[in-house]
Amino acid sequence: MTSWQNNRAVRDARIAAGAGLARGKVVEAHDVTRLLEAVIRPGDRVCLEGDNQKQADLLSRALLAVDLSKVNDLHMVQSGVVLPEHLDLFDRGVAKRLDYAYSGPQSARIARMLFGGKIELGAVHTYLELFARYFIDLTPHVALIAAVSADREGNLYTGPNTEDTPTVVEATAFKDGVVIAQVNEIVETVPRVDIPADRVHFIVKADKPFFVEPLFTRDPAAITEGQILTAMLAIKGVYAPYGVQRLNHGIGFSTAAIELLLPTFGERLGLKGRIATHFALNPHPALIPAIESGWVRQIHSFGSEVGMDDYIRARSDVYFTGPDGSLRSNRALCQTAGLYACDMFIGSTLQIDLQGNSSTVTTSRIAGFGGAPNMGADARGRRHPSESWLKAGAEADPDSPAPLRRGRKLVVQIGETFGDRNVPLFVEKLDAIELAEKLNLELAPVMIYGDDVTHIVTEEGVANLLLCRTAQEREQAIRGVAGYTDVGRRRDRNMVAHLRERGVIRRAEDLGINPLDADRSLLAARSIKDLVRWSGGLYAPPSKFRNW
Amino acid sequence: MEDLSFQHRVRGRAGGTRQNAIVGVVASGNLEVLVERVLPDAECVVDIRTAAMGFGEIWSAVIGDFVERYSPGGLKFSINDGGARPDTVSLRLAQAVRSIAENGQ
Amino acid sequence: MIAPIKDIVQAERARNTSFNEASARTRLALLLDGGSLVEFIGPEAREVSPHLKTFDLPEQYDDGIIVGHGRLEGAPVFVAAQEGRFMGGAFGEVHGAKLTGLLHAARRIGSIPVLILFDTGGVRLQEANAGELAIAEIMRAMIEARAAGVKVIGLIGGRSGCYGGGGLIAGCCSALAVSEPGRIAVSGPEVIETNRGVEEFDSRDRALVWRTMGGKHRRLLGAADVFADDTVQDFREAALELLELLGPVGTFGLDRLKAEHERLAERLRRFGRCEDAVDIWTAEGVAHAATVPELPADQFIALANRIGRTSRDAR
Repeated sequence: MTSWQNNRAVRDARIAAGAGLARGKVVEAHDVTRLLEAVIRPGDRVCLEGDNQKQADLLSRALLAVDLSKVNDLHMVQSGVVLPEHLDLFDRGVAKRLDYAYSGPQSARIARMLFGGKIELGAVHTYLELFARYFIDLTPHVALIAAVSADREGNLYTGPNTEDTPTVVEATAFKDGVVIAQVNEIVETVPRVDIPADRVHFIVKADKPFFVEPLFTRDPAAITEGQILTAMLAIKGVYAPYGVQRLNHGIGFSTAAIELLLPTFGERLGLKGRIATHFALNPHPALIPAIESGWVRQIHSFGSEVGMDDYIRARSDVYFTGPDGSLRSNRALCQTAGLYACDMFIGSTLQIDLQGNSSTVTTSRIAGFGGAPNMGADARGRRHPSESWLKAGAEADPDSPAPLRRGRKLVVQIGETFGDRNVPLFVEKLDAIELAEKLNLELAPVMIYGDDVTHIVTEEGVANLLLCRTAQEREQAIRGVAGYTDVGRRRDRNMVAHLRERGVIRRAEDLGINPLDADRSLLAARSIKDLVRWSGGLYAPPSKFRNW
Repeated sequence: MEDLSFQHRVRGRAGGTRQNAIVGVVASGNLEVLVERVLPDAECVVDIRTAAMGFGEIWSAVIGDFVERYSPGGLKFSINDGGARPDTVSLRLAQAVRSIAENGQ
Repeated sequence: MIAPIKDIVQAERARNTSFNEASARTRLALLLDGGSLVEFIGPEAREVSPHLKTFDLPEQYDDGIIVGHGRLEGAPVFVAAQEGRFMGGAFGEVHGAKLTGLLHAARRIGSIPVLILFDTGGVRLQEANAGELAIAEIMRAMIEARAAGVKVIGLIGGRSGCYGGGGLIAGCCSALAVSEPGRIAVSGPEVIETNRGVEEFDSRDRALVWRTMGGKHRRLLGAADVFADDTVQDFREAALELLELLGPVGTFGLDRLKAEHERLAERLRRFGRCEDAVDIWTAEGVAHAATVPELPADQFIALANRIGRTSRDAR
């Protein structure tokens, strides 16, 4: 007779195999490797929670130590490949295949291992894609997750850095998988229930709190005059004319400069309340002065940021918080918000080509794009209007009748024409294409496709690609803001002058901005200490950012 | 280090009465510009010592645009460069012109 | 009268300018009475280091230090300001000679005080011998100037701190003003970590670095006499306060040096066994000593004045 509940039986067998090592659901830290050997089977799909920030580091080390005769050839399905142990798994043969979204700190090593054949690559996804596939064909057999605390029943408090956990658990627990959580402490009652106990099968108390990387802290002291000028151009050349209220910011210094110019330069332009009121954004410390000045009404976050907990707790009108008062973040929902509810994405990149395609992948680094492609894409399924969305749509397509015309999300790439170590931002051909050729990939790892990009902002001006009618215009608009890079110096001067007359390119003087006014005194905070002062002492920056 | 020098004929004399001015600092990605009012009204000279080798063409383009835009006649610019980006160079040159255009000694 | 309005604008700018962030030239322009700075051997003299060329390194026309004279509330002062961003404000041959020369001039005139705006990591590696000699020459010139009745005041709040030979020279000044981001020491954090291990001193733990070498600790220990908030205007007021405080300087000689040595020996006796700066502050009677780094400037100044660790007989 056909059985329709094989997977449930397997799940029960896995749990039974692990139960011998547990008292209730609690397993001692020194037994974790044995637990994993009991629960995981060769070839399993395993999600080892590696988020953008929060890392299940104890479970990574435990998995790395398994007996290869019991556990091998795993298929890792995790959003972040961040810790060295994540890749050591492949070197040791514990794991074989990988589907992921982001690998910031490991980007160089992952590139070498892909070239060396150590990793069989499924695909480099965006966050939303990988989460979506958790529910279709990449559902984990076992999820190894991280939480702040658990009670004896297994209810979990994931704290401000909830991030991916609810999504991972949803996919695993409701499709016959096993969920194992490392927690910083086991308590009588958790501050709030982020994950209900019936979705958690084993809990392990870690010897030290899980590692969290402060990824979103930009020291205002490092912001340059060039970045300030670029930020002024963006505010006056993009935010103001479209009246952008709902948006997402990247994590670079240019967007940090924008955040710090809102209460000064933005205030002088009379833009308060008209722009930048609602964000899909991590708790950026650089946004504190704008929040304190009453610019920002609401922020939903993908994750949290080290040192921001007390500030967030005290500003619950702005942030999403639980009944316990601490931040509740959720990457999948915030990514969805960024894709569908935001009128603008603005962020930086490493390379932009003549069509406007951009990528942070170079031939030696495969960082993955995390959420940028979800934020930085026009959502074709969007149906609700806004001033900004309709105006951008009309610029792109002035001839269609208004009731049938799609709006457009503003996708803005911002940066200086030359980046770190004088490497040009603009290139004739993306390194990503060369990489795809070398690795035989069917798809080049492009972060944002040119046809989604609406504006490029550099210290040379704003290029509005919505107004370009031909590929040639588009190319010259890009060359026109590429400054002294090779791409910029090969521009057709007459055509660029013509595009400027049409307002496709707008330079500082066209926007009434004097580059000599781009001074650090314009920044609402010029140091981390200033941010602490703005927060009334609530922001507690990590030691590496202090100079006191 | 690489030495570069550019001479330009310009339309008119730069404003102000100061004899010299200095802006910027020599550091990684930064530069200092010393500007002196020592040349005939229709001449402009820019002397550069740079830590970044092989960027002569870019310097030439940056200086050409600068001279075209500001017409800094009578001025000699001496640059010590710690490998600044072109936009930083343009900004410092503009700051130097603004600085020497102030009245005073 | 137009002058007062000009002065107000100047004071306003000085109040809004971070000393820590400003360049050496901006610091001097806003610290002194408006437009009063007259520079000796300015950049147009192109008196650059004779050594950097050998190492294929860029030069700076003032070799990273500005020396000159100006006015402070109308009274004449000699000034020197190091540019901490050029080679970390380090002492080279020309850089050092400019400061030595300034101190010689001050000694000869005898009545005009000297302000030194330190911002230095110590001696420039590429001209180590000349730099070390310069440190010794400056210390001698400073002691001679002080013996001739000149007040020498050090202002410390730059990003490179005041390290190495700079720390030694600062120790020879009549008085010091320091801000929270300012640091004073001889061996820097990395040097200590390299020599004694990360267990002894973790140079990347910036809270530890500032707790051990930063402005607040130096003020509480009595190494600095005045604590300034991090604006150029606060440093200007600190300089004026110190000039006033020092009054007519008593004869600087052997007795005063002995008193300074006794002060330092007493400090070592009292705190030599402390493991951390917080222990010292606690021993000094500071309640909730661990919160000292978070105190705003005005509260900290009130605390420091209450503790009052400086001695006017020493130095």
